[in-house]
Amino acid sequence: MRQGVVYINTNFSSVSGFDAERDSMRTCLLTFECCCVCDIQKLLGRRSHGSAGSPVPLPFPMAHGTTTLAFVFQGGVLAAADTRSSCSGLVACPASQKILPIHSHLVGTTSGTSADCALWKRILSRELRLYQLRNGRRLSTSGAAKLLSHMLHPFKGTELCVAATLCGWDDHTSLSGPSLFYVCSDGSRLQGTLFSVGSGSPYAYSILDQGVQWGLTVAEATSIAREAVYRATHRDAYSGNCVDVYHVTSQGWTRRTREDLKEEYYREKESRRQTHEAEKKML
Amino acid sequence: MFVSQNFGESGKMKEYHYAGPTEHRFSPYAFNGGTVLAVAGEDFAIVASDTRLSEGYSIHSRDSPKCYKLTDTTVLGCSGFHGDCLTLTKIIDARLKMYKHSNNKTMTSGAIAAMLSTILYSRRFFPYYVYNIIGGLDEQGKGAVYSFDPVGSYQRDTYKAGGSASAMLQPLLDNQIGFKNMEGVEHVPLTKDKAVQLVKDVFVSAAERDVYTGDALRICIVTKEGIEEQNIPLRKD
Repeated sequence: MRQGVVYINTNFSSVSGFDAERDSMRTCLLTFECCCVCDIQKLLGRRSHGSAGSPVPLPFPMAHGTTTLAFVFQGGVLAAADTRSSCSGLVACPASQKILPIHSHLVGTTSGTSADCALWKRILSRELRLYQLRNGRRLSTSGAAKLLSHMLHPFKGTELCVAATLCGWDDHTSLSGPSLFYVCSDGSRLQGTLFSVGSGSPYAYSILDQGVQWGLTVAEATSIAREAVYRATHRDAYSGNCVDVYHVTSQGWTRRTREDLKEEYYREKESRRQTHEAEKKML
Repeated sequence: MFVSQNFGESGKMKEYHYAGPTEHRFSPYAFNGGTVLAVAGEDFAIVASDTRLSEGYSIHSRDSPKCYKLTDTTVLGCSGFHGDCLTLTKIIDARLKMYKHSNNKTMTSGAIAAMLSTILYSRRFFPYYVYNIIGGLDEQGKGAVYSFDPVGSYQRDTYKAGGSASAMLQPLLDNQIGFKNMEGVEHVPLTKDKAVQLVKDVFVSAAERDVYTGDALRICIVTKEGIEEQNIPLRKD
């Protein structure tokens, strides 16, 4: 039963040009029709079902809590995140991936409920690929952020929770170069040069605000990003384990090997102990 | 089902204290207990579950295994609310048949995992209360384990425990299979026999400390020769 194919033929043949609002609504319909054999009306309708018309109380907690950050500098966009996925007190996964590549020149950091982020990123990648095939060029980061924001809009007020920063490199547009957008499921869509999202973001902001500027080298930027995530994981209970760093340039994104922050903690402790002993000797 | 409001999240009993008149709402969920475990090796995968079906203080059945064979190379373990487990497995079986008829091939483990993720997410606002773990062989014949949360977030792992005793078993697996939190240990790759023995030991420990786990252990060992099943008795109290 090829529902997906039928839907594409009947609804998208008359589309000319890109109308984010209209296309995104039909996108949602298309997505859920061919993935899950139920349509968006049912999905929206279900949220008010349960006895007496109020949402059904869940017997389990959702996965939440994180530290992610992204900033723009002369060498492109740098995105970093921890890898702990927690479920109200239990670490559900110590090695989850919070930075998801969307296409060759766009990565997105995810924060909020991990299922929501994973699925909506997947839907976004598919829509961006379709746009690229229909229009012969990649959609800009600004357009991708707008698309995601419009796709999430029908779910405003529900318990859907997605707070993503889209980090990309744009070509062939009037503003080419690195680009960073923050998109949230409550409706915000903001352009910026530095964002940190999640429960550990206050700690990360303090490190980033003192060190990030346009003229950083790639090595300096990477070390600031790692430092910010490391400090946030040290103080925030819901962030921890390892750090992922992604770097987006005009050639595409590259990923640094995942580093375990436990080693970093012991290295720092060791160097502090050595300087303390050296100072004691000098006295 | 009327005792479900005595349970907080994850099915553990809430402490009793008199808080005044309370409204008892009908909850469509119940917690039926059970633990599922999956381990992936070089050329095998093991999915194991206990066979106790409980609700509150009662045991409904001592012979209700939570491993479901999906294809010749994939086994699904699901624990949580038994009603949702049954419906979910029926839906997955139907989708597997549909895929087989339209594509003329069996679904691979990775494809089943991706499909299960979208099935679970389609019920984002009234979720299936099921903790799923898929164990099987991937296209290259290597062992693969995919673990899910109730709304569809998933990833590929080497080992994972789910269900009522998962918080007790997962650290033990991290230590014995992942060699985590140990210094100066040789990382020996896991053989099939060692893995089966480890799974048995781990479930015996779980039955000791978790009231919802016990009665018997069903192990499904997936290799390229097929799926072998073993039944081992556990504590019945």
